[in-house]
Amino acid sequence: MPGARIEVTRNPAVPEQASLRVNRTHAVAAATVLRDDPELRLDYASNVTGVDWLDRVVKEKVKVRRLVDGEEREFEDVIELRRPGHLEAVYHLYSMELKHGPVVLRLRTENRTDRVWVPSLTPVWRSCEFQEREVYDLYGIEFAGHPDLRRLLMWEGFRDHPMRKDYVAPDDYEYEPTPHDTVLARAREHYPAPDKPKGAA
Amino acid sequence: MIMERDPVPVDLPMGSEGPGYELLAKPGADGETDLLEVAMGPHHPSTHGVFRMDVVLDGERVVKLKPVFGYLHRNHEKIAEGATYLSSMPYTDRLDYFCSMTNNWAYALTVEKLAGLRVPERAEYLRVILAELTRLQNHVCLVGFLVQDMGASGTPLMYAFREREKILDLFESLSGSRMMCNFMRFGGCRCDLPPGWVEAAQRVVDHYPRFLDEFERFLSGNEILMARTQGVGRLTRELAVSAGVTGPMLRAAGVNYDLRKVDRYGIYDRFQFRVPLGEHGDTYDRYMIRVLEMRESVGILRQALRDLPEGPVLDPKSRLRGFKPPAGEVYGRIEAPKGELGFYLISEGGTMPYRYRVRPPSLINLTILEDLCRGHLVADVVVILGSVDIVLGEVDR
Repeated sequence: MPGARIEVTRNPAVPEQASLRVNRTHAVAAATVLRDDPELRLDYASNVTGVDWLDRVVKEKVKVRRLVDGEEREFEDVIELRRPGHLEAVYHLYSMELKHGPVVLRLRTENRTDRVWVPSLTPVWRSCEFQEREVYDLYGIEFAGHPDLRRLLMWEGFRDHPMRKDYVAPDDYEYEPTPHDTVLARAREHYPAPDKPKGAA
Repeated sequence: MIMERDPVPVDLPMGSEGPGYELLAKPGADGETDLLEVAMGPHHPSTHGVFRMDVVLDGERVVKLKPVFGYLHRNHEKIAEGATYLSSMPYTDRLDYFCSMTNNWAYALTVEKLAGLRVPERAEYLRVILAELTRLQNHVCLVGFLVQDMGASGTPLMYAFREREKILDLFESLSGSRMMCNFMRFGGCRCDLPPGWVEAAQRVVDHYPRFLDEFERFLSGNEILMARTQGVGRLTRELAVSAGVTGPMLRAAGVNYDLRKVDRYGIYDRFQFRVPLGEHGDTYDRYMIRVLEMRESVGILRQALRDLPEGPVLDPKSRLRGFKPPAGEVYGRIEAPKGELGFYLISEGGTMPYRYRVRPPSLINLTILEDLCRGHLVADVVVILGSVDIVLGEVDR
């Protein structure tokens, strides 16, 4: 696959479950290879889910060399990196034929706004169908190429994505405000402008 | 880290909030027959809970079927992300409320994998015993419901419930609750067995094959059952694998994939048992697989009750309160009675998980419901759904 960017992320707690990050344009091709390669044969996508990563400042230690009193010495500096918020779709792949796994495949969106997308892997593994719908429903990731992308658990007409970390549950637990003045006023506070992109902070 | 920016491909259709859900076909130009759209559920006795199937019928044949979920959705995952690790344990009971013991085990196993905890020998045996008892009562109820759905009102179901009640009595004397057991802990089990429990369990297990023989004598060769199930809802191997179908449904389609053999989690490598496989993948095979699995479970139970060692049931060093697993992520899974029950946890080193996900076997086994039902009669839809074995507490979470 020319041009594919693949990155391996280490997992400190469970080292054998490290994950593979593929860029979005090559995801379907990479998934097809994972499924069809005779040595991998990852024919079974067990678990599909989303993760919401907020904007975050990550501290990292960097070694720097500096001149002190005319002598070059090594210092350890702590620099702050800003990790922009994004959403992730995570796939756990196994092989039913060769009985090995899991391989963790991650696709990442650009940011956390309302219109974010990753390619759908339902054409590769049918088991992603309902699970991608669930991720779309609860996280708001649009799966480009999904045959039937609708909300799975929340009702049609529901606006928000409840599994996002910045979701605020309404006071009356009804999307449609009941026609009482105080409840209506409180509900308005939570739904100020539906068109404003979420997580834009 | 510089974020990549991929251009949005033009040829991929984007999903939207739009309707996209026009079930009933517009009347065709040829105008042959009218199609009828029927909502089966959410309050329909055959759906085993609040679940709806939107069915399009041509006469009595199913043309299309779309399952509709979410009536029991309470966002278990969100709640668990705002709670400590241990306080999600009782909530896992409510997922598949028939099998709280295996739900507990799947969650405990995942957290143990994340934190690197060890489980004492006696607790491992206890877990196997409880999981296999759960499998017995789940499968027997499933068969009872399936036969009930075919119109045998009550009697076989009551026979099944009579046996289930004996197992639930064992659970109650052990954990204090028949169904919401909340029994497993990270690094073992909550408490040791009460006196006389092993003997009582032994009596239940010894009686079980006799009950199964009796049950099978009435059902397995029953003409009505065979006519209603054989050749109905056939599932092919390829579709089953691709659609991620797990558990008895997968093995009824002839795929040899049992996590007790594949992953050998816990101490399942110490027991002798066979994995029954189906040949046709139809509803009758799915019925038969459950009966055969119960017989194998009885075998595992006999071995486990015989070998049950003495010792502690909870690692004395395990800290339940203020429990903080190291940062990282983990996916753990077990063979629950309904299929592969998995938990996916992301820890950032705090007392609460950053991400908590349940992989529900019932939901994913429903992916192929439309493929199974297409072309069959409405009455067969009820039977096919009955053989999938769903619990809505787990489907909707």
